[in-house]
Amino acid sequence: MDIPLFHLDWLNNRMLIALIATIHALINHSLAVGFVPLVVWLENKGVINSGSHEVTDLKWDKMVYRMMWTAFIITTTIGAMTGVGIWFSVSLVSPNSIASLIRVFYFAWFVEWTVFVTEVVLIMIYFLTWKKANSSIKAKTRHIKFGWYLSLFSWITMAIIVSILGFMMDPGNWLKEKSLLNGFDNPLYLPQLLYRTPLAMVLGGCFGLFLSAIFTKKGEPNRLIVFRSISKWILLWLPFAIAGAIYYYHFIPTANLANLSVAIGTQSFQDWYDVMWKVILGASSIILITAMIGIWKPKLLHASLITITLILALGFMGLFERVREFIRKPYIISGYMYSNLLREQDYPLYKRDGVLKWATYTSTPKVTEKNKVEAGRNVFMLTCSRCHTTQGVNSIVSVFERMYSSKGKPFNRESMETYINNLHSAREFMPPFPGNQAEVKALVSYIKEIQFTNEVLDGAQQEGIVVNPGQSIESFKKINKR
Amino acid sequence: MRSQTPLPHDIALQLPLPEWLLILILIVSFLVHILFVNLMVGGSLVTLWYQIKGLKVKEYDVLANEMAKTITVNKSLAVVMGIAPLLTINTLYTIYFYTANSLTGLMWIAIIPLVTIAFLLTYLHKYTWTILENNKGLHISILATACLIFLFIPLIFLTNINLMLFPEQWGTIRGFMSALTLPNVFPRYLHFIFASLAITGLFIFWYFGRKNYGFDQKFQVISLYSVRKGAYAMVLAVSAMQFLIGPVVLLTLPSKGLGWNLILVIIAGATLALPAMYWIFKAITGKPDHIGKNFGKIAVFLSITVVFMVSGRHIYRSNALAPHQKLMAAKTKEFLSASEQAGKNVPAEEAVPSKSSGNGSKGSVLFAKNCAVCHHLENKLVGPPVTEMISIYKDNPQALISWIKKPGRKRMEGPPMPTPANLSDEDRNELAKFILSNNN
Repeated sequence: MDIPLFHLDWLNNRMLIALIATIHALINHSLAVGFVPLVVWLENKGVINSGSHEVTDLKWDKMVYRMMWTAFIITTTIGAMTGVGIWFSVSLVSPNSIASLIRVFYFAWFVEWTVFVTEVVLIMIYFLTWKKANSSIKAKTRHIKFGWYLSLFSWITMAIIVSILGFMMDPGNWLKEKSLLNGFDNPLYLPQLLYRTPLAMVLGGCFGLFLSAIFTKKGEPNRLIVFRSISKWILLWLPFAIAGAIYYYHFIPTANLANLSVAIGTQSFQDWYDVMWKVILGASSIILITAMIGIWKPKLLHASLITITLILALGFMGLFERVREFIRKPYIISGYMYSNLLREQDYPLYKRDGVLKWATYTSTPKVTEKNKVEAGRNVFMLTCSRCHTTQGVNSIVSVFERMYSSKGKPFNRESMETYINNLHSAREFMPPFPGNQAEVKALVSYIKEIQFTNEVLDGAQQEGIVVNPGQSIESFKKINKR
Repeated sequence: MRSQTPLPHDIALQLPLPEWLLILILIVSFLVHILFVNLMVGGSLVTLWYQIKGLKVKEYDVLANEMAKTITVNKSLAVVMGIAPLLTINTLYTIYFYTANSLTGLMWIAIIPLVTIAFLLTYLHKYTWTILENNKGLHISILATACLIFLFIPLIFLTNINLMLFPEQWGTIRGFMSALTLPNVFPRYLHFIFASLAITGLFIFWYFGRKNYGFDQKFQVISLYSVRKGAYAMVLAVSAMQFLIGPVVLLTLPSKGLGWNLILVIIAGATLALPAMYWIFKAITGKPDHIGKNFGKIAVFLSITVVFMVSGRHIYRSNALAPHQKLMAAKTKEFLSASEQAGKNVPAEEAVPSKSSGNGSKGSVLFAKNCAVCHHLENKLVGPPVTEMISIYKDNPQALISWIKKPGRKRMEGPPMPTPANLSDEDRNELAKFILSNNN
């Protein structure tokens, strides 16, 4: 509306965020929050199990170091950059929502940043001084202490960001009183944290198992010991992770919960209602089985089983992230801003005047008989393009064709208009259409046109923008002179 | 054709902190960020240079290795220190910054994979030093690739930071390449690269000269003096270049943000660099034992120069945007009051016309709102037509009511029916009555 719209007409804008954010969350949970305490615990085990004449069991220590090396490289490259990437992609795809959130959460994000700086400094101290610390027991003890500090700060980083995520789903009292503490105090905060913490520990364990299988040879005695240790770790946290997931699910606001069935896939997969529970149940039981084999029969723990367990554990979490993203629809900030980036309270204005009139960038400030396809294109960009493409993922043509099961047959204008006018009551996860009747008609004309022309819609990053003359400095000055 | 200047309305929430405080945070945090970026970019270039020299004099390869260890630390600090200024510029210049990002979107988002690749390459380079010992060409080209990426990224940032200052140009931009060609981008870019080399030079001088580094124990062929002299010579040369490129940067700036406040700050900054350059010159030409004498003073003076230049950069930005920001604030106020007015006079919701609703009964209104989207009187839309419902349920209205209460999927060619929300038992009765009453 007031910021040019970046648009990916094939990949889908939300997918860009989802890709980057999911990679980040997976790395953060499994290689930072959950993995570092495991590594420190294992490092400590090496010291305890070594003879009195040596600082640590050097062979064991080398294996743990290699595991940490992997985590260090991945977290400080892909992990760090996808974190920045969430900012970049969200500000491109969803600028108004992130701009609003940042004005409420500036302080929280700032604190988050200071914690994060500490975390980065600590991980460098912890990792880069590892070999030096093996010179004396005093240095080693201090090194392990730094590891615990690092674990703590990784966890705090997550604890703060979770408040922001929880807020987006249910702003609690914030709508009435827009202050920071109100945002923090939202009802989803604790449940999310109680779910994410043990889950991260389980994921860290699965990653640890995977890496220890790589860094030890078959038949090596350390291999069985490390398998057993990590399996214990997993078994300890798994019940909490499952309980956390159930507890969290219980707290998701009921209106959002109704969306849950469609959250997992797209519209036509609505009947996959229980897929999430199947995956969670399946993944949990495989993790459980792997951990039990690891404790009682570590010799039987095959690398392929470990790999499958890791993939399933990551899938468990990936699915939950996808669901979390979806359940806040139709809002992007619950009760305040819809996922089309328009504020709920501005709807009457748009309904009365049309969205085009108030759009800073549009080639058609008003719908006419002549420009209706072009106007429809602009309306699509302004009101649909955050979630829909024209020809790619979740394309508008395909959703209508699927809904009317009418592939290849021209759409019926009247039923499309009725549908768009009642969008929100038919599909609760979609926001109501914001514009006026002329714009509904223009939008339908456009969709009917692209059903057969397959025309692609380019975003501002390629096409540039056309300034709406009614929303320019020139016209503003003219009006205010009068 | 000249495009009109857009006047968007701003985000409808207050700034989280007073504006002056945000500006202070922005300047200070940016300074720290850019320091590490300079060390990362300059450090990679110098490492590459040392390693190429190492092909002839073996020990330079060792020096390159020592230097490479600093890149991977500095790059992590560069990223984490970049978050605070990013956050703050997002908050302070929301509309301007986001517009620039959007207009160059593909290149902007490409920063993420590009930097990730560059980082992975620096690690690959660092950890394959012994493995690729006999493959120097390949080993050096890993670093060279990282260097190329490091050299390109600042260009994207500069293009955006430049574009956000010129709303009058926004309508003419078609992607990154056209934003890149706005005046001032390249001069500022060279300014940045020279600054990176200057700061890296000072860093090298300090880093290898530290007492507990023990340069003389590690190196036999190359002397600490020669390394420090080389570093100083680089600082001096690029600082001299800054005096050439600086005026070009100033001259290519569109005049709208220029002002005496800016000129004064820039000249003051440049003047402070002169004594530092003089001391460096004396150190290079003087006795080897005295090369480190004025280092503290040099570092302080050049740091103050940097502070002045970064402030000058902000002064230009605030001069250039002030008129537009003022108009935008007025526009935002106008928009919000228009929105409030419209909110007060919402017309009563008119039932959307549909062929299968029309008798005005409660059931027909409910049908229009909840069902007409998918169900038509005699045609199949998403779901079956009303006529079909009648043929199934005409003798069993209770079954229809329970279906509405808990629908499912009957026909595999269509999607399952979602549960109509917010219906009472009475509503469902009325609905069923209305649906079956169409039987004529």
